[in-house]
Parts: sequence; structure tokens; C-alpha cells
Amino acid sequence: MSELIKLVEAEYQEKRNSLPAFKAGDTINVHVKITEGNKERIQQFQGTVIQRKNISTNGETFTVRKVSSGIGVERIFPIMSPSVEKVELVRQGSVRRARLYYLRGRKGKAARIKEKMS
Amino acid sequence: MTSIYGADGRNVACTVIEAGPCVVTQVKNEATDGYKAIQLSYDERKDKNTPKALKGHFAKAKTTPKKKVVEFRDFREEFEGQVKIGDKIMVGEVFKEAEFLDAIGTSKGKGFQGVVKRHGFAGVGEATHGQHNRLRAPGSIGACSFPSRVFKGIRMAGRTGGDRVKVINLQIMKIMPEKNLIVVSGSVPGAKNSYVILEK
Repeated sequence: MSELIKLVEAEYQEKRNSLPAFKAGDTINVHVKITEGNKERIQQFQGTVIQRKNISTNGETFTVRKVSSGIGVERIFPIMSPSVEKVELVRQGSVRRARLYYLRGRKGKAARIKEKMS
Repeated sequence: MTSIYGADGRNVACTVIEAGPCVVTQVKNEATDGYKAIQLSYDERKDKNTPKALKGHFAKAKTTPKKKVVEFRDFREEFEGQVKIGDKIMVGEVFKEAEFLDAIGTSKGKGFQGVVKRHGFAGVGEATHGQHNRLRAPGSIGACSFPSRVFKGIRMAGRTGGDRVKVINLQIMKIMPEKNLIVVSGSVPGAKNSYVILEK
């Protein structure tokens, strides 16, 4: 990446450092800022990270999947977005791939992810 | 290119442009040159790679040799007599954040291309119903016995790209005066590290 682009992206470095290191397979809790009219509130979205895309660029996104009352829900968050207030690492998973699309076809026991042994 | 978040929280694709410092190396006027213009120079050039004639030209402006020399003609009245030879033009003095600018550059060369890429033709017909090998063809290029020739200027395949292209109304997202950087929304013509002219 060009040096000049790094200079421009440097101001986002602080936010990047404030986030925990998480990857596919981890369970995270995302605090999302939501604006309703002129009121702001924080909504939490907890689930499994199934992918991180365009890593280490300003356009990086991650996808969080959870099963909400029997229905799979996926949300994609731009990592540098001002609306992503905070990310909490809840549980580290041990997986063999970077993109966990196979979770979409599974439910219940089959959709479990082994916890990472540290 | 990169992307930054605007004030409203939207992610905007941006181009980072190093703009200056440009040095005024010549001021042309009607008396001596027949037209009004100023000449700006940018990008350091090695002394050993500079012809003697150009060395003298840059010495007049009391500056080091530069790679890129561009002339800007016919300024608006209000800028009359404001610049002198040898002046340095910095980003922060000319542009402000949230303003719009135009960028002129040479687009990337794409080689010999067909009419679909070059002129946006739709191709001929369908892929099925017995049709074959006409998918990206130009179709008819004119009538038959009258005029029994092809008119000039019919759009056909050929060398594409490498043209002077102007992109208008790019918004300035951010200015970093100490590094002479401008961040504009959207893309500008040309390859990475190529030269662009910015106009306001």
C-alpha cells in the first residue's frame, strides 16, 4: 500500500487498536449505535463471526451470525464505522477455515464451534 | 484509493492526491507571449537527468529542476498579478475542505478493444436461439448499395484508453496541508502515481 494512503488511514488506527483481536469462529458482542430521530441508543448484537473481509484496510467488514428464535440472522459491520461503538470478545473458537459459510446449513448441535484451548 | 468516513457516518471511497508544493516557473503575459498564463512545476528531478536548457529555466525561478511542467491559461480577473515567478503554491492556500474540484489526467491504456468496451455497444442479439459467435459484435456499419461506403466517424474497435480525461465535481473530503495531501471522493483518471491536474 502506498505511503500516502497509510498517512490518511493513520487517523483510524486508534479505533483499530481499541478493538479486540477477533477472527472467524469467535463469539463477539457488538455494540451498535442506532439513531432514531434525534435520539441515540446502543443496541447489542451477539453472535459468531463467520468472516472478516478486506482485512487491514479502511473498508474492512466482518459478518456476525446468530440464531434468533430459530431464524438465522447475519449482520455485516464495517469495522471502522462510527456506528460500531464497541466490540467485546466473548469466546474464542477453534476453527479450520477463515470463512464459516458451512454454519449456514447447520443448526443446533451441529452448528457448535469448539472452544479454543489456550 | 482508500475509504474514509464522512461527517454523516457514511463510508466514502477516496483517492489520495499529493498536490504540491508547486513552483511558479514562468508567468506569461500578452506583451511578450501573446497570451496570459502561469506555468507550474512539480516533482523533484535529478540534476544529472535535466538538460542544460531546462536547468537555466528553473534557475530563473530560483528552484530545483522539476519533472512535470504544466501551463495554466487565462485566469479569472481576480487572480490578475497575484503570482510571481518563484512563488510556491501550497495545497492549503488554494483548496478548502468540502469544496468541489475537477481532475484531469491520462486514462489507463487498455490496448485494442472491441466496441462493447470501447463505445458501450450492447452486442448483437441473444446467446441462445441458434445464435453463435455474434455476442460482442458491432452489428451493421451502414447501408448497402447506397451509399456503398462506410461513413467517416463510425464507431469501431480500436485502441482504447490513454486519453486525456476530465472528471468533474469531486468533493474534497480532507486536506492535510503539512503533507500537501488532498483526499477527494471518487476516482481520478490514470494509473497509480500518475500526474493529475486539479482545477477549481
